[in-house]
Amino acid sequence: MNRIAVIGAGPAGLAAARSAAAAGADVCVIDAEPAPGGQYLRRDALAGARAHDPATALPPGVEHRPDTVVWAIEPVPGGHRLHLRTGPADDPGRTGATVDTRALVLATGAHDRALPFPGWDLPGVFTAGAAQALAKAQRLAVGERVLLAGTGPFLLPVARSLLDAGARITAVLEAGEPVTGWLRDPAGVLAGSGKLGELAGHLAALARHRVPYRPRTTVVAAHGRDAVEAATTVRLDRDWNPVPGTERRVEADAVCVGFGFTPQTELAVAAGCAMAEGFVRVDAAQATSVPGVFAAGELTGIGGAALSAAEGEVAGAAAARLVGRDPRPPLAALRRVRRGRRFAAALAAAHPVRPGWTTWLAEDTLVCRCEEVGAGELRAAARERAASAARPLKLVTRAGLGPCQGRVCGRNVAELLGDPRLADGFARRPIAAPVRLGELAAGNTADGTNTCAGPR
Amino acid sequence: MSERLTARIDGREVAVTPGETVAAVLLRQGRRSWRTTRGAGRPRGVFCGIGVCFDCLVVVNGVPDVRACRRRVAEGDDIRVQHGAELPR
Repeated sequence: MNRIAVIGAGPAGLAAARSAAAAGADVCVIDAEPAPGGQYLRRDALAGARAHDPATALPPGVEHRPDTVVWAIEPVPGGHRLHLRTGPADDPGRTGATVDTRALVLATGAHDRALPFPGWDLPGVFTAGAAQALAKAQRLAVGERVLLAGTGPFLLPVARSLLDAGARITAVLEAGEPVTGWLRDPAGVLAGSGKLGELAGHLAALARHRVPYRPRTTVVAAHGRDAVEAATTVRLDRDWNPVPGTERRVEADAVCVGFGFTPQTELAVAAGCAMAEGFVRVDAAQATSVPGVFAAGELTGIGGAALSAAEGEVAGAAAARLVGRDPRPPLAALRRVRRGRRFAAALAAAHPVRPGWTTWLAEDTLVCRCEEVGAGELRAAARERAASAARPLKLVTRAGLGPCQGRVCGRNVAELLGDPRLADGFARRPIAAPVRLGELAAGNTADGTNTCAGPR
Repeated sequence: MSERLTARIDGREVAVTPGETVAAVLLRQGRRSWRTTRGAGRPRGVFCGIGVCFDCLVVVNGVPDVRACRRRVAEGDDIRVQHGAELPR
């Protein structure tokens, strides 16, 4: 019971595990992927057995549980109990187990946010993160003529990965101001100077491949019968309303979109952690409002891998202290957190999602992809049936009740209906990962195996 | 990439590389969609690519609702298109 469990093995989780282990704590890392690294440090999955990689290595003595999802969390005296399933994704034969922990570090990361537009449900429309993951881990380019659209600096490394995977990129479309727009906050930009060098490298690669980078432009429609064949691009005004007369039809077999990120907060919400504007609230030690639960990385605010790693290091040290160890104060990491947050704030200010996106939608444009609920239906439910809170809205329209549980549509529904707070009602998912009824019925392994928790 | 596995896609044998996801195998075969929606019967394939959106569902060894982007192919896997809401065999 004196163990620390770290959920997620991206930059934040890895750093948390390392700093907690360095303080002598007993650490278990639980991760849904087969190998540590998360999205940012995702490696080539086809390379077979590979050499030791210091970027994703866990220290000796740290237990690593790959291919494992945490589907529920519950408080127990002195800590929390995690409910796990381990094995091939979505397989009914996965092994169940529970882990009791004294200290928990949530490092569950974030996923791309996609904004809806007519045709975004056609096969061939991907999130930028999908294109990135398929290129990096599976050596696969999602198309031969790719349009990449969205906002923020993440579009650039995705473009680079696509080029490396052999795709031809028709254009990179930035809905907001170009990356150079950050110069308006010189201090914030300076705080992330390392990142800027990286981005300059990506821009140079785009130039070498003669890929146009167009600010204030986006994709407002994808066309095709059963898959994407073309897209409509348009110039945007400051609020992201399309500028009439600037529509262009562009041939494309793939459209990749990324409008920032949404944190994966379901475990934090289920644990009862206080939230602020969709993110987990933490103090200087990365402690959440729930004793024994720490959070690090993108679920406390979108700031990239370096900030995530710094937060993870702080969280790991704080968790080690909680279980009775005496870690060295992580002063350098705390400085990096301060600097990183400044950069993150500059980034968020430079690449907001502007309200004009709601004008891209037709009445029948799906907002909830799972339950196939259109924009018109959602607006009508809010207007005519006074479905103004998340719960009635879900029950009237079924938006957010499909298999993704509102992960893709939650924020979009909220902004479409003009009430950002609605998104909180879509973020509550007591079952944090899908479990088959047969698995629930079978419970844990017959012998109650609980190898992760050790002697209690 | 020397070692190869064999899987079946809609009844046809294909050679795959260990570590490949079901989604990557399907995309490499030139497939862009492999599911139809429950309501309008519309085609879907990969969207988020990291297990969040549940668009890329596929039937693996008779079990429906498997995320193709998360599932790595195993030797002998029988993979087929999913039509609407299916019940396990």
